[in-house]
Amino acid sequence: MATKDVPVNDPMLDPVTGEFAVIAPGHTFKSVTEEISRIVLTPRTPLGWFFGFTLAGGFVLMLLVALVWLFVKGPGIWAVTIPVAWGFAIVNFVWWIGIGHAGTLISAILLLFKQGWRNSINRFAEAMTIFAVVCAGLFPLIHVGRPWLAYWLLPYPNSMNVWPQFRSPLMWDCFAVSTYATISVVFWYIGMLPDLGTLRDRSQSRLGQYFYGMLSMGWRGSVRHWARYESASILLAGLATPLVLSVHTVISFDFAVALLPGWHDTIFPPFFVAGAIYSGFAMVITLAIPIRKFYHLEDLVTLRHIDNMGKVMLATGLIVAYGYVSEVFMSYLYSASHWEYFMMWNRMFGPMGWSYWVLITCNIALPQLLWLRKLRRNVAFMFIISLVVNTGMWFERFVIVVTSLTRDYLPSSWGTYRATKWDYATFAGTLGLFTFLFFLFIRFLPMIPMSEIRLMLPQAKIHKEAQPVPEAGD
Amino acid sequence: MPVREGNYGLLAEFDTPSQLVQAAEGAYKAGYRRMDCYTPYPVEEAAAAIGFHKNTVSLVCLIGGLLGLAAMFGLETWISLWAFPLNIAGRPYFSWVAFAVPAYEWTILYAGLSAAFGMLALNGLPQLYHPLFNAPNFRSGATTDKFFLCMESTDPKFDLTETRGFLDRYTPVSVVEVEY
Repeated sequence: MATKDVPVNDPMLDPVTGEFAVIAPGHTFKSVTEEISRIVLTPRTPLGWFFGFTLAGGFVLMLLVALVWLFVKGPGIWAVTIPVAWGFAIVNFVWWIGIGHAGTLISAILLLFKQGWRNSINRFAEAMTIFAVVCAGLFPLIHVGRPWLAYWLLPYPNSMNVWPQFRSPLMWDCFAVSTYATISVVFWYIGMLPDLGTLRDRSQSRLGQYFYGMLSMGWRGSVRHWARYESASILLAGLATPLVLSVHTVISFDFAVALLPGWHDTIFPPFFVAGAIYSGFAMVITLAIPIRKFYHLEDLVTLRHIDNMGKVMLATGLIVAYGYVSEVFMSYLYSASHWEYFMMWNRMFGPMGWSYWVLITCNIALPQLLWLRKLRRNVAFMFIISLVVNTGMWFERFVIVVTSLTRDYLPSSWGTYRATKWDYATFAGTLGLFTFLFFLFIRFLPMIPMSEIRLMLPQAKIHKEAQPVPEAGD
Repeated sequence: MPVREGNYGLLAEFDTPSQLVQAAEGAYKAGYRRMDCYTPYPVEEAAAAIGFHKNTVSLVCLIGGLLGLAAMFGLETWISLWAFPLNIAGRPYFSWVAFAVPAYEWTILYAGLSAAFGMLALNGLPQLYHPLFNAPNFRSGATTDKFFLCMESTDPKFDLTETRGFLDRYTPVSVVEVEY
């Protein structure tokens, strides 16, 4: 799809600023409600949905097979061994949880900054967070070797009289990720409450009315309820913001607290958080572009959204680039440590050096094209660049985890790593699980927050002087 | 199934939020207190108009957060000092710096859950039945594009004909009686 020259009187363009409109003009409360709720309430599911759902379901089956085989045989079916004991499982864990972070960023941080344009995309960005956390949370659980004992991570009185050790970052991780998952689900559900009420009231089928009636908890839109609801939303946003920053910080501690060259880095916390937001925005774009096309939501998820997300990606991408430069500076020029120097040389030119250059190409070189406004507004280009960035961020975690582990201090303990078919099957399976859950979400839940879109329409403004004031009192 | 006989109140329907706010302000000025507005999105002006200015969600959230902080920090301290003291590379048993991280996470966890469930509890939700759902025009509008003002019959100033006459002055689309 080529970028077209937009005519001067394009209704999507603001005549003053030349900016793209967040919502196409001419919409009413009713029309936005209908446009969004018809996707869920239609009795006719589009054929394409079934196709995608079945395809994703096939990958979920593959994941189940891979997991069953893992439980039967143990983690030996993966390529994890000494020295590379973390392998794909932790690469995927960090990658998935990073993807989740953009959802929280869009729903919480942009809410606090009063960025109204986020409203169209925040619901499915939050859904993306939850499904990404589901995929992420799976990996540490299955990586522990005996997953049926994973509950030993939790502090609970037990007959062994053993308690967890709270000085370990892995323990912090357990609390950070479980809190993140819980708060994300609560934030998502609470945000959806008014829209579930709308679906209950608009549903034509008895089953739909019961289903959405139960889920909406009897929401009736009282302004007293709205006031408390708004307070709770702002509070949850204010809580989710430090939470999301802390989660990836804690995950980076898993690495940074270790002494391994390539992991023992003070820049890791901010570097990880920026990378998480970078890959997360890429994933939002990957999801938003096909969805708006398939469900004809171009009026609500406009080029303005794509453009803004492109800008956020560019900015966070540059922070990530700063992280790479800092790593090179620290190890080559500043550390005066032989091991640090060797780590960086090995990362670039060692046997796995190709992965470093893939990451530099995908994360730094190609995204510089986002400086061009023309390209940021080209939907096809944005879709491709989002896939490129997602690939790049996956390789970043691969480089950090695998390349660092293969070469530690003692050459006698050096090793290599070659992922097995079960590694790939598990990873592809979680991609399928993520897509599978997403298909369910867009079919059964409102993917764009109707109440927030209504609030953005010009009709929502209160005009006090417009009407004649009737006489007061009798 | 009706739980009570009689009238819950009078429900006036408006097309725009401005009309609703005007009517609500007028009703508050006229001395009505037991009333509520129903809108498809948050209309802060309407809440202010019926005299609802403050809510306690943030207090609940604060209490929850402090509780979470105390719970996790206390648990960590108790475990590391008394229940299961471990010498990890000679670090002190009371490693409060390390304990801060899970304590921080639980502060957020408890605060967030308190904000969400506190909001629901203060709103009296879940409440699947409400008399307003009996009004024929409520469900088709209140969550889509209409703005409602309900004058409740429990208000001492409420009188079926008088209140109806009062509401009619604000040119609502309709005024209907809501049965229990």
